[in-house]
Amino acid sequence: MDILILLLALFVLSLFLGVELITKVPPTLHTPLMSGTNAVSGITLVGALLAAGNDGSPMVVNILGFIAVTLATINVVGGYLVTNRMLAMFKRK
Amino acid sequence: MNENIVNFIYLIAGVLFILGIKGLTKPKTAVRGNMLSALGMLLAVVVTLLNMNTVDYTFIVAGVVVGSLVGSVMALRIQMTSMPQMVALLNGFGGGASLTIALAEYYTKLGATPATFAELLHPVVADSSAFGAGPEGTVALVAIGLTVLIGALTLTGSLVAFAKLQELMKKSYGLPGGPIGNALFLIAALVAVALVVVEPGNVAAMVTVVALALLLGLFLVMPIGGADMPVVIALLNSYSGIAAALAGFILGNTVLIIAGSLVGTSGLILTRIMCVAMNRSLANVLFGKMAAGGETIDADEVYAGKVTSAQPDEVAMLLETAQRVVIVPGYGMAMAQAQHAVRELADAMEAKGVEVEYGIHPVAGRMPGHMNVLLAEAEVPYDKLVEMDRINPTFEDTDVVIVIGANDVTNPMARDVEGSPIYGMPILNVDKAKTVVVIKRSLSPGFAGLPNPLFAMDHTLMVYGDGKKAVVEMTTALNQA
Repeated sequence: MDILILLLALFVLSLFLGVELITKVPPTLHTPLMSGTNAVSGITLVGALLAAGNDGSPMVVNILGFIAVTLATINVVGGYLVTNRMLAMFKRK
Repeated sequence: MNENIVNFIYLIAGVLFILGIKGLTKPKTAVRGNMLSALGMLLAVVVTLLNMNTVDYTFIVAGVVVGSLVGSVMALRIQMTSMPQMVALLNGFGGGASLTIALAEYYTKLGATPATFAELLHPVVADSSAFGAGPEGTVALVAIGLTVLIGALTLTGSLVAFAKLQELMKKSYGLPGGPIGNALFLIAALVAVALVVVEPGNVAAMVTVVALALLLGLFLVMPIGGADMPVVIALLNSYSGIAAALAGFILGNTVLIIAGSLVGTSGLILTRIMCVAMNRSLANVLFGKMAAGGETIDADEVYAGKVTSAQPDEVAMLLETAQRVVIVPGYGMAMAQAQHAVRELADAMEAKGVEVEYGIHPVAGRMPGHMNVLLAEAEVPYDKLVEMDRINPTFEDTDVVIVIGANDVTNPMARDVEGSPIYGMPILNVDKAKTVVVIKRSLSPGFAGLPNPLFAMDHTLMVYGDGKKAVVEMTTALNQA
C-alpha cells in the first residue's frame, strides 16, 4: 500500500503543477503546446518497451508490445519534430 | 541496474518535461524547452532499455524503426493548415499505445500463455493476487480496465476527428437516443470493467470493454463537427494524457504518472478555454446541437437591400488612407491558404505607414492557436497577433478591419440580441471600427447557421470571392497607388 499512496501523491501534485504551468502558456503557443504534449504522452514508450522486449512473455504479448512501441514512437518522434518545426517559425523575426 | 538509480533518472526525465512545458510560456524560450523535453524522453527510454533483464530486441527495433519513419514523415511533410489533423492522429496513437500496453500487462499478469490471437479469448482461472498483493492487485486491475476504456475510446474518437477534419467524413451520425445512447454504452463498459476487477480471469469481459470503448469513441465524436472541433481535439488530447497516467499506475512507473498528468491537465485547460470562448458548457458541445433559438431569424430580412459590396481596388484606396488596420482571420483563411497573401498585404500597408495588427479569437480555426501557427508560418511577428481581450478596446480607434474567413466570432447578435442561440459568446467587436471589410465567398451562414447583421451594416463592405485572390488584388492595387 505504501507505494500506491506515494504514486497517488505524485499524481495529484503533478495535476496541480500542470494547472499552474499550462495556464501560463500564451494562446499564441497553444498549437505547439498540444503537439508538444502529444510528444510527452509518448512516454508510454517506456511501458511499451517492457511489453515488447520481455523475452519470457508469450509471442502474442510481444506483438501487442510491438504495436505499442510503434504508436508511442510515432508520438515521440512526430510530436517533437513537428513542435520544433512550428516553434522555429515563432522564433524568427 | 539498481531500481533506485532507474527511478532517480525517471525523476530527472520528469523534471525535464516540466522545464520543457515551462519553456513554452514564452516564444523565445520555447525551442529550448522542446529540446529539454526531448532530452528527458531520451533519458527515460535509455534507462528503461538498460534496466531490462531478458530482452529480445526484435520487436523493439521493428517498432522503433517503423514508428520513427512514420513519425518523421508526418512531422516534416504536414502543412501548417493541416496541423489539427496531425494532432488528432497523435492523440489517437497515444490512446492506442496506452490501450495495447494495458492489454499486454493484463495477459502477462494473468499468466495466460496464448499462442495465437484467438487464444486471447480463452478464459483463465486467476484472482486479483496475480496483479499484486491485497488492495494493490485490485487497484492494478481498476487501472488496467480504465486505461483500456479511455485508451480505446481515444483511439477511435481521434480517428473520427481526423476523418472529419480531413473531410473524409462529412455527415454526422450518432447513436439513436443521442446522449442517452452514449451514456448506456459508457455504463455497459464500466460494468464490464467491474467484472474484470471482480473476476480477473474473465477474458470475455475484458474483450467486451475493448469493443464497447472502441464503439463509444466512434459514437461520441461522429455527431460533432466543424467549429466544435477545437473542443473535441483538446479533450481527446487530455484523454490521451489521462490514459498514460493510468498506465503509470499499472506499471508503478513514476515518469508515466508525471508526464501523463501534465498532458491530461493541459488538454483539460485548453478544453475549458475553448468552451468559455464559445460561452457553451462542455456537455453542450459534446451532446447538444447549437440550439435553434427562439424564433428563426430570416437571413433575407437581415440582408435585404442593405448589403454593400466592393471591389478589391476600392478597398485598397481605403487602406491607403488608413492609420490603423486590424486583420481578423478565421478558418476560411486556412482553407484558402491565404496566410502568405495576408502577410504581403500587411507589408504593403506598413510600407505606407499604416499600423497593422491581427485580432485572434480563441476559437478561430480548427484547434487552439491554429491561426497563430499559420501566421507565424507566413513570418508574421508573434507580437502582432493580439488576443481578443486586448484587441477589443482598440477597435474604436481602428480605421479599417479586414475580416477574412471568419463569421460567427464577429456576429454582433452574440452581444446585442438576447435570445439568439449565440447570445453571450464573446466576440471580436469589429463593428466598432470605422469601416469593416469582409472577404467571403457569399453571404452563407457560419457554423452556427445564423445570418450575421455585421454584413448588412452601413459601414461594412463585402468583397466576394476567393480569399487569397481578393487579398492579392488588394496588395497589387495598394502597391500601384
